[in-house]
Amino acid sequence: MVLETNNTEKKADSTGPGTKLLKGEFLNYQRIWLISFVLTAAFAIMPVIFFAVLDYNLTRRSLENDAEARASRLASNTWRSLSFFLDERKNALSYVVRFNSFEQLGNTQQLANILDFLHQSFGGFTDIGIIDATGVQRAYAGPHGLAGKNYKDQQWFKDTISHGTSVSDVFLGFRNVPHISIALRHMAPDNTYFIIRATIEHQLPKILSEVKTSGNGDAFLINAKGVLQTPSHYFGDVLEKTNIALPPAMAQTRTMTITLENGQDMIAAFRHIPNTSFILVVLKSKQVIMSPWHDSQVALIKYLGISISVILLWIWAVTGYFVRRLKILDRNRHKYFHMAEYENKMASIGRLAAGVAHEINNPLAIINEKAGLIKDMVYFKQELKRDPRLLEIVDVILASVKRCSRITRQLLSFGRQTQTVPVPLTLKTVLDEVLVFLVKEAQLKNIFIDIDVPDTLPQVIGNPGKLQQIFLNIINNAFAAMPRDGRLSISAQKTDEPFVRLNISDSGCGIPPENLNHIFEPFFSTKTNQGGTGLGLSITYGLVQELGGRIEAKSKINEGTTFIIYLPTTTTQKEG
Amino acid sequence: MTEKVLIIDDEQEFTQALAERMTNRGMTVSTSSSAIEGLQSVEEHTFDVVVLDLQMPEMDGIETLKILKKKNPELQVILLTGHATVEKGIEAMKLGAMDLLEKPADMTTLTEKIKKAQAKKMILVEKKTEERIRDIMETRGW
Repeated sequence: MVLETNNTEKKADSTGPGTKLLKGEFLNYQRIWLISFVLTAAFAIMPVIFFAVLDYNLTRRSLENDAEARASRLASNTWRSLSFFLDERKNALSYVVRFNSFEQLGNTQQLANILDFLHQSFGGFTDIGIIDATGVQRAYAGPHGLAGKNYKDQQWFKDTISHGTSVSDVFLGFRNVPHISIALRHMAPDNTYFIIRATIEHQLPKILSEVKTSGNGDAFLINAKGVLQTPSHYFGDVLEKTNIALPPAMAQTRTMTITLENGQDMIAAFRHIPNTSFILVVLKSKQVIMSPWHDSQVALIKYLGISISVILLWIWAVTGYFVRRLKILDRNRHKYFHMAEYENKMASIGRLAAGVAHEINNPLAIINEKAGLIKDMVYFKQELKRDPRLLEIVDVILASVKRCSRITRQLLSFGRQTQTVPVPLTLKTVLDEVLVFLVKEAQLKNIFIDIDVPDTLPQVIGNPGKLQQIFLNIINNAFAAMPRDGRLSISAQKTDEPFVRLNISDSGCGIPPENLNHIFEPFFSTKTNQGGTGLGLSITYGLVQELGGRIEAKSKINEGTTFIIYLPTTTTQKEG
Repeated sequence: MTEKVLIIDDEQEFTQALAERMTNRGMTVSTSSSAIEGLQSVEEHTFDVVVLDLQMPEMDGIETLKILKKKNPELQVILLTGHATVEKGIEAMKLGAMDLLEKPADMTTLTEKIKKAQAKKMILVEKKTEERIRDIMETRGW
């Protein structure tokens, strides 16, 4: 009979071969890979990006500051020139006033000469006038006939009286050319003030023109109301109004970023020219200044992109590789764990079986002898011969004992098989040993056994107990398929490979094709209603694997089934 | 010629039944229920064959076998066991047992083996006698 275990434990993962992976396990690996990829990639890329961003900000800041500093320096240098220019003109007037007496100054002809001298020395002087403390222009030299005019209410007059000097805003003067006028207050001999006032052609733009030439820049003067005092590249011509937001006047250069109407960003430096209402504005195109920085940043970002791509690819590959290895190792672990579990189970079953068998054999022996004795008594003592049934009954007892004995022998052999080491075996011998157990059943069922196993077959290397078990299982299954009048054919052949092929065929009911793929699966049984556990063939499969061979099955319904077993032959030389 | 058999086994029901059956077949049978009792018996009487159980309390079958063989080298021992292992079998054979049978044993098989055992013993005894006679003849020289 096939040795099957009644598996009443919870069927967790299946034992033996053909362990199917649960779908859940596979999905887990996807997730594991995804998580590890994302985490690793994030941690690898974050610092890179962080540094790129940091670099961007720092260099931009640094360059902007640098640009502002340069603009500031430029403004600082330029305002001094401007201031100096104005001071020069003021000092000229101051000298004139001191050198000449009030009477001389009052003389129109004299004044005209002074104007001429000034114009020739400094250039640009258009007219000159002397105004007394009441605001009346006492003397005037110049193209406009302004003698006698009263400037009492003019702001410049008031400013000059209170501050001592004043510089006017630009205005369109003689010949519609921009002019500025400079006025200076002086003490008269009679301790009253008088003012000397000159109008000068606007020469300030000349000073600023140098500043303008340095690429894409602009420099101009504006007054507190935002009116251009010199022409501006971006804002227009003299006396045009701009809407630049001006910082409050301070004795320091201020810098800021302003945006033009066309969207360009400019770095602006502002400087108030002292003693005037002029504010110097130096503009530098931010775009132009930052352009090289911009190019370098673009290149940096390109490299950043390439680096990140490479990093991602690499991490993808590496994490993929490791997760695949993990999957393989995990599967192997499962497999080995099941094999060990199976082995363990078999071993403990074996021990149990051996124990039981051993214990039973002794009482069996007693039954055997007692029944035999009864038989003897019947045989040798005439009185009992009269009852024919007695012998019959005793024979039945003896037959049952034989059956029990077979069972215990099988149990014992099953228990033994986990202990011995592989040895060379002659197939015929092992087959004969197994058939001894089964001959009676074959006779009872009228099964014809046909054996074609030559003695010249190469020896098979393996565990004799396991081989016996394999034969037992297969042949028992064959018998089960042939309730009466069947034929069991066993044949063996050499093959080209180092294997021996063994065919065990029965003429029984056969296995349906849809079941053929499942017969070796654990717990697959078509005899569950007869108490089958579905483990017989699965165990056989495992045993064949353990011996290093393989097993196949072919079948046709109602014609029969053939099991083909390949077993490895000895590769060592036979001794002696 | 009747075979003189001693059965040593701690299962009394078994030995009684076996003894009676063997007697029915014309053998002269004694029984002992322990190894010690058995060894004593061998000292006092001569036997052709000892049927010995391998697993007994107090003294193991193998031990008994050794002692038996030491004392009576021509005595044939057939071992009976409920639990035969290959190793035990080989060991027994090496120590000089004639055969190893598994319980429950078939009566006919056992009887055959006992007959063979007796024959073997007879051969051994004859050989020994022959040697002794030769010895005597050589040393005494008549």
